This record gives sequence, structure tokens and C-alpha cells, in this order.
Amino acid sequence: MSERFHERFPDYDVLDKWDSPSWNDQTRAVVNRRLHQVPDRRFLSEAEWQILEAVCERLIPQPDRRDRPVPIVPFIDEKLFKNQGDGYRFEAMPPMRDAWRRGIAAIDDEARARWGGGFRELPANQQDAVLRAIQHNDTRSAAWQGLSAKRFFSNLLLREVVSVYYAHPAAWSEIGFGGPASPRGYVRLGFDRRDSWEAEERYAR
Amino acid sequence: MPASPRAKDGRAPDVFRPGGWIPMRCRRDEDEVDFAIVGTGAGGGTLACKLAEAGFSVVALDAGPYWRPLEDFASDEYEQRKLFWLGERITGGDDPVQLGDNNSGQSVGGSTVHFQMVSLRFRPDRFKARSRLGYAVDWPIEPEEMWRYYDLTEDALKIAGPVNYPWGPPRGRYPYRQHEMNAAGLILARGCEALGVKWAATPLATISAPRGKAHPCVYRGFCKFGCSTNAKQSALVTWIPWAIEAGAEIRDLAMVGRIEVGPHGKVTGLEYHREGQWRRQRAKNVVVAGYAIETPRLLLNSACPQFPDGLANGSGKVGKFFMVQSNHAVYGTFDEEIRWYKAPPSLAICEHWNYAETGKDFPGGYAFMSQGPLPIEWAGTITGQRGLWGMELRNEMAKYNHQAGLKIVGEVLPQEKNRVELAGETDEYGLRIPRVVFSYGEEDRKLYRHSIRFMSAALEAAGGRDIWSAEDTAHLGGTCRMGSSPNDSVTNADGRCWDIPNLWICDGSLFPTVAGVNPSLTIQALAWRIGDRIRELGRRGEL
Repeated sequence: MSERFHERFPDYDVLDKWDSPSWNDQTRAVVNRRLHQVPDRRFLSEAEWQILEAVCERLIPQPDRRDRPVPIVPFIDEKLFKNQGDGYRFEAMPPMRDAWRRGIAAIDDEARARWGGGFRELPANQQDAVLRAIQHNDTRSAAWQGLSAKRFFSNLLLREVVSVYYAHPAAWSEIGFGGPASPRGYVRLGFDRRDSWEAEERYAR
Repeated sequence: MPASPRAKDGRAPDVFRPGGWIPMRCRRDEDEVDFAIVGTGAGGGTLACKLAEAGFSVVALDAGPYWRPLEDFASDEYEQRKLFWLGERITGGDDPVQLGDNNSGQSVGGSTVHFQMVSLRFRPDRFKARSRLGYAVDWPIEPEEMWRYYDLTEDALKIAGPVNYPWGPPRGRYPYRQHEMNAAGLILARGCEALGVKWAATPLATISAPRGKAHPCVYRGFCKFGCSTNAKQSALVTWIPWAIEAGAEIRDLAMVGRIEVGPHGKVTGLEYHREGQWRRQRAKNVVVAGYAIETPRLLLNSACPQFPDGLANGSGKVGKFFMVQSNHAVYGTFDEEIRWYKAPPSLAICEHWNYAETGKDFPGGYAFMSQGPLPIEWAGTITGQRGLWGMELRNEMAKYNHQAGLKIVGEVLPQEKNRVELAGETDEYGLRIPRVVFSYGEEDRKLYRHSIRFMSAALEAAGGRDIWSAEDTAHLGGTCRMGSSPNDSVTNADGRCWDIPNLWICDGSLFPTVAGVNPSLTIQALAWRIGDRIRELGRRGEL
């Protein structure tokens, strides 16, 4: 699998619109918190946090911004600390906080069962193999007892990781998303039409 | 989120002015009001307005906050999760339904605060599915009557739509002109024209011209996450202020836990939690309008010695015949830039398969519409359906501006085994939480498979490549079906419970069938009709 991100919008930064009519005060307040008040660890243990960090590095690799990766784990920790659920849970799944605690422990135990080392100690390709096995319910660790590996991976872990990542302006910029658009909105709606405040694509592939 | 209620002490938020207020007549808990309504969405909001206009004293309670969209709504998917019903629910069955942001709102205005404004009519025959089309059950209301209420509701909400709608019996032109088409909608148009079926601009509850204090839709595309300009004609900016103007009281952040029953088997009021304490509102009539999960949950949680199986449940049908709509989709990549984040997500529609009777192998119908998911939703679709992650996911996401898709609202047939019941666990109020059980039937599967074949062909004809399909559900229905007999339904055609004459239901729970169209317009038309019926019954002394 390619480990390179194919940049399409190198000249576009959605934050350039910060002071434009596309952003209003409410949106600036929300995004400002996200950028500059990254939550501290309050729910996960230090060890759980670090395992989850390693998992996120595989689920959303960010080799192109090694110095300043988009933070993901802090926002998951905040959601768990506040116990903000998604409004449902699948039958035979434990409540959200339990599911995350047990899921993180089970990822680490799955790594040991397969490769004889904790998840963080494995090279990237073995980490990926562990995650892929979990995704497909093909697990060896007994730690998945009472916790569907597939459901945990798809409906909690991956869903939340991508929700946090694609809530970040850096992610909006890299996909050419217009981002916040109130009150100005958009004018040009047709094929290949672009308002001057939208991203210009450089390298389509 | 407001931590404490805003609608109190003689005033309610003015949704059209940041920090503004409007006067509101307030009642005391010990006043016996004519109607206490639980829920203020498409059903409860509309009915509160109609009953207040008829001169009844009305208190409508909602578990959610009372927003002022101009000051409370950010252009942000993550932040705006605050609009959804995020209380714990358990989901099971062979095809467990994703709840939360998929179909459940928690605001004054209910799910209309986050709905995508698609305002469609049932094909008339669908109200008589059993007698005219040979499947499911009939509604206890004549199609012509529902279509008269559609006329009224579309005008009240200034629905923006085409001059000539291409399917079904003639209807007048829509009150406001149709919206300009975006590229995502033009993809649908291309596909339909290539396959020889009609298409149209989707009738939408977002204004295309100024109305009162709201200016036209600016095409910012965050409709599912709350309209920050008030172009969206949600209950929050229409029925609710109109209801207050007519004398109704709205109570926000008021979670109703129990309906009380008096010694003569009639309801006497309800218990609700607000500002940290349980309170009791006396009422001559109670209306439950919490949608297809919370409505049966409240009826079941109100079980008492006189009604040990829950209120209005003599038939045993409370919570039964739970329905969703299939929401399957196809997506593809296009050479052109589509930029589907712009404008309301479903600007173009094809209702061909709601009206055609040949070329299909299933009894119900479906509509399909163009799509415009924002990044978090799109990432959720790609990961949930295709299992992508890693750099592969980031690179796939980078094609965002070249994607287009078509998605159905498909009719799911009523099955008694699909249901809402109470789980053993309780929530923070000490109320038992709901358990939702859902499995598709064989006819439902035929419908969505047909739709995937048809839409894939349409997308390919429109120039799409790398086409793939996704499954999902949308909307809720059933669980307190209305009918013609107390043996197999919970209420009569007026939403009046067979077992308790001063207990009413007014929301999508009443639907005996859901058809292949988004439910909000039908819920509002039905609520308007129920309001008129109550006024008439009151005039005759039959309340």
C-alpha cells in the first residue's frame, strides 16, 4: 500500500478564509478551540493513550506532517471523559467507555498473541496485520470475549478516528473541501464551476 | 449548549434575532391545560400551532434545547452533533439500525432542525396499499384528504419546487420557485435522461426567495447540521413561533418521564424533569409526539396498575411494526469537478419507481436523489462500507470533489416482529432505555437490490467510474399505528388512542406504512389534519 499522500490542493488552506464572510464568530470559536485548546488526558491511562496513539498512526498515517500531526487521541479521550455517546450501541456490545477500554487492551493483546510483542513495539506492517485481523473478526486473543472485534473496529474505533481527523481544518484543506460557509455560502454550483473562495485543484489523478 | 431552559418567565427565544426574545404566555403546573404535548418536531410542533390557533390552552414540552440558529449554529459537522438524540439506545435484530445522527433529533423543532428538507407527497395509492396495490395495509384516511393537507402544508412552509411536478396527479405549482441545480443534481439528470426516466428539482423546505425575516438559502450545504441562516423552514422557525404567537407555551429541556392516569382510566397529566427536578403538569388531554422510538417508550414506561402493559396497548401493538426506510446508495468518480458540498444535498430527484408498476419485482416504491455528504459523513461512509483506512483512505478522501452519488428513500414493509421495547437498563433520569429490533424482509431486500442495479446504471450513464454501493437506513415510522379497529391498531384515524380517549399520538409512529418518500411533509400534513379533527370534535362536545 502506498504510504504517500497525493497532494491535489497544495495552494489551498481553508484557514485563509478565517476573516472572510465564509466564517462567522460561532464557527471561529469552535474551530479555535479545536486548534488551540487540545484537551489533556483525563480518561484513558497513560498506557492506553499510547497504544491508541500508535493505532491512530496506522489508521490515519501523517508522514507529510511529522512535526504537527492532526491530534486525534485527545478528542477521543475527551469524548470518553464526557461519556458523550453516539445515541446507540449494538446489542452484545458493552457501554461505550467499557468498549474502548477493553478494545484498546484487546488490540495490544492481539499483537502479543500474533507477534509476541505489544502493539507499540511492532513494525508498521505487523501493526497493520493486527488491525486488519481485528477488522475482519479474525482474532486470536481471548480478550475479545464479549466484545465483537469487528464492531469495535468499524463502529467505534475507525468511525471515531476519522470523525476527529476530518473535523480538522488541515483535513478539509487536503481534500479541497470549502469548509465553513456561513453567511456567504456559494454562488457557482455547476460542473467545473468554482467560486474564488474555493480550493483550486492542481494535480488531479 | 444552553445548560438551563430559555423558554420561561413569560418569554421564549426569538429565533430570528441573536439574543432576542418574544413574549410567551406561561401556564403553571397546577393549571389544567387543555393539551400537554410531548415533543415539538414535525408532529408536535405543527399540532401545538393548530390547537393554539383553535383556542385551546397548550403546553408543549421538549427534551432538547431551544436554539437561536443565528447565534448557536456553527458551520461544523463535529460541533453540530449537539442537534442529535444521543441518549443511549440498544439496537439489535438481523439488520441493526444506526440511530443517533442517522435519524433522531433532540431540539425544540425536533428532527426538522437537522432534516435535509426533502418535502414529498405519498403517491395517493400508497395510502391504500392493501386495497389498491395488494400489499401491507391501508391507512384509515382517504388519499384525497391527505393531498388537501399537503396543499396547505406546502403553502405554509413555502416549499420550493418545480412548476410542473412530473409524477402523480396534477398538483399546483410549488409556492416558491425551484432552486438552482448543482453539479451533483445534474449527474442525476444525466443518468435519468440516459435511461429514459423523468427527473425533477426536489421540492425542498428551504426558501428560494425572502420570507419575513429570513433571506433565501445561500447554498452553504450544512443543512444536516442545522441551518445557520434560517432559510430552512424547520418547525423551530415556523410552527413553534406561530404556536407561541397563538398562545401556546413551549418548555425546552423538559424530559417527560411518565404519563399519569386517574382513577377513571383517563390521563390526568404528565411528569417531566426540568431544572434538576421532577415536576407534574396537569392536562385534560395528553398528546405524545416523540417519534417512533420515544413515543412507544413513553407509553410503555407509563405502565401502571390499570394498564400493566403500558398505555394504549390493549391491542398489544405499541412498539410493533417499527419501520425505517432503506437508504442504499451508489457512488462513483467523475472527471468533472462536482464539489457536492455546495447547496442542499438532494437538489434533484427521481420518483419513477414510486409510480411505475412494471419492471419491478417488489411491491413498494422508492425515490432516489442526488447527494452531498460533508467530509466526516463521507469518511464514515467510505470506512463503514469499504473498510478503507490508512493512506489508502486519505488518498480516496482526496477525490472528494470528483464524487457524486445517488441514494434512495425506499419503502420498508411493516412487520410485527420489528419493534421498540424497553431494555433493562435505565438512563440518567431513571427511565428504562429503548431497545430497537429490526430485520429487513425479503420484499425489502428485493427493493434495495433493484435500486442499486438501476442507480448504478444511471451513474455509469452519467459518466461515473469505479462505481460502488453502500447500505444505510433513514427515518423512522410505525410503532403506534393508526387503523380502523382497536384489535390491530393503537389509535383511530384522528390519532386518538382506542383505549384512553384523552390520550393522542401525533407523529410518524402513526404511519401504517412509510411509502418511498421522506416522511416529514406527511407528518406535518397529518398533524394539521389531527388539529382540525380535534377542533371539530371539541365543537361537537366529543373531546
